[in-house]
Amino acid sequence: MKRILLFLLLWGWHLTAAAGLTIEITQGAEGALPIAVVPFGGSAPEDVAAIVASDLKRSGRFKPLPTSDMLARPHSKAEVDFRDWRALKQESLVVGQVNQTGSGYQIQFELLDVFRGESLAGYQFNTSARDVRPTAHHIADLIYEALTGERGAFATRIAYITGLRSADGKERVALQVADSDGFNPQTIFSSNEPVLSPAWSPDGRRLAYVSFENRKPAIYVQDVYSGQRERIADFSGINGAPAWSPDGRSLAITLSKDGNPDIFVMDVGSRGLRAITRHPSIDTEPAWSPDGQHLVFTSDRGGSPQIYRVSAAGGEPQRVTFDGKYNARASYSADGKRLTMVTRDGGEFRIGVLDVASKAFRTVSEGNLDESPSFAPNGSMIIYAARAQGRGVLYAVSADGRTRQRLALDIGDVREPVWSPYSKR
Amino acid sequence: MSTRKLAWAALAFSALLFVGCSSMQSSEEAPVGDATGGGGAYGSAGARGSQWAGGSLNDPSSPLSKRVVYFEYDSAEIVSESRDVLRAHGGYLAGNRSTNITIEGHCDERGSREYNLALGERRAQTVKRFLEAEGVSGGQLAIISYGEERPADSGHSETAWAENRRGVLVY
Repeated sequence: MKRILLFLLLWGWHLTAAAGLTIEITQGAEGALPIAVVPFGGSAPEDVAAIVASDLKRSGRFKPLPTSDMLARPHSKAEVDFRDWRALKQESLVVGQVNQTGSGYQIQFELLDVFRGESLAGYQFNTSARDVRPTAHHIADLIYEALTGERGAFATRIAYITGLRSADGKERVALQVADSDGFNPQTIFSSNEPVLSPAWSPDGRRLAYVSFENRKPAIYVQDVYSGQRERIADFSGINGAPAWSPDGRSLAITLSKDGNPDIFVMDVGSRGLRAITRHPSIDTEPAWSPDGQHLVFTSDRGGSPQIYRVSAAGGEPQRVTFDGKYNARASYSADGKRLTMVTRDGGEFRIGVLDVASKAFRTVSEGNLDESPSFAPNGSMIIYAARAQGRGVLYAVSADGRTRQRLALDIGDVREPVWSPYSKR
Repeated sequence: MSTRKLAWAALAFSALLFVGCSSMQSSEEAPVGDATGGGGAYGSAGARGSQWAGGSLNDPSSPLSKRVVYFEYDSAEIVSESRDVLRAHGGYLAGNRSTNITIEGHCDERGSREYNLALGERRAQTVKRFLEAEGVSGGQLAIISYGEERPADSGHSETAWAENRRGVLVY
């Protein structure tokens, strides 16, 4: 927790607060598990139970009981009468307490099995006032993992681009980072020129992105905590589509310095370049397989944009997608078993998921201008950009397509979301 | 909720600041109106060093006043309607060797952004090659792609998309 405190302090010094994203669940799931998260005892600067309940609800796997329906408000297992919760048909119960300490807060919680009347998990944390929210997300992760057997991804962040158009049609563009629930938005970089293609380093500390601030596209790497920033690729033509290798040492990028866009791998330390593709077509949007052995990328070498796969050592690319006339910007789930991409479905651009082994392909979005999909680090959700009610918004959809939530700004467009890796604690 | 309100206020404030500063931003070369007809004659089109005998760059009746050419969906091919405009510019630039231009390539918003950045570059390159074939020196022609990042029309209709799939000659 000390490291988190340090990071929050640094964060506060170097970054400016930005307008928040508002989340609205637009499509709920049947069969979600009933869980009661009782408001925690004591007093805290944030409502821990409400943050936990809202995280669990957004996952689509849980259906938290409204607090107004609760018959009792116990704060520890000793205070629980399990008959109350059985009567309300709850399967799980979360109780907890926040106590103010000299330097901050002590937060404890227990996850209880209502039918057996047993404790499934219980933890205690010491945090600063600023750490209460991240700790609540961490508690939601622990509950999610205890009940689903899958690691939670609530204590993660998303990076995205915002655009605010003024009356004369010009756009102010910002790269922002927020918690996975849209809270704590911070502006990392902003410009009157285009900014696009943010990519997280595997340790979640740095973002690579493309900025036109010098009137041409160049790739920058910025430390999200210190704000320290470096221009790492500024060749003639396109410098685009950065993607970090899983070991964090290299970036796969698109360069058109030799006349047309090809995929290169740059060693971030030495800036040495290795050509991966050499083809007169468009080759762009590289993404690494989680084992670092392969890259997938978009190419129109077959006449229309499709996804190809190539060894990270180079060689002859193999075509991956055959369905439809347009498949682009693919990226892997963390287990390497699925690819999500933009796919043209009739006249509509939607988000597709390809099962790599079975080749089964399904569309998980419903808009007509959907783009920029990226998996949550646990593979449970996909976040993507879309247009709704005349604005650029984000959607997070469960990977099975059953639940969906919209994240929108109060004013302006939001696009190009990328889910962070797990934070190292 | 108070943080949310604060964020709101911050955004409103920054929006005001932005409107105040917007004149700092460079403007994309605005497409000049629909100048039909008129225009000048130029001797031996495409011949190296041919003398431009037509109107000046700023004459709205000259084909040179047209600075934008349009493309089909996912295509970088020069359509026949664009040829006369590009030939006029080719003649002018071939006769004015000290004049350099930047060719911007743009796309509509459909599909992925980096693919569009690449497609926009391909469009700018096609325009460049056309002008070179008209006798313009490659050294006079810089290219840049903005992909879908700088729409001429911020709408989301077929009409807006057609306006946005373009090459712009910036003198």
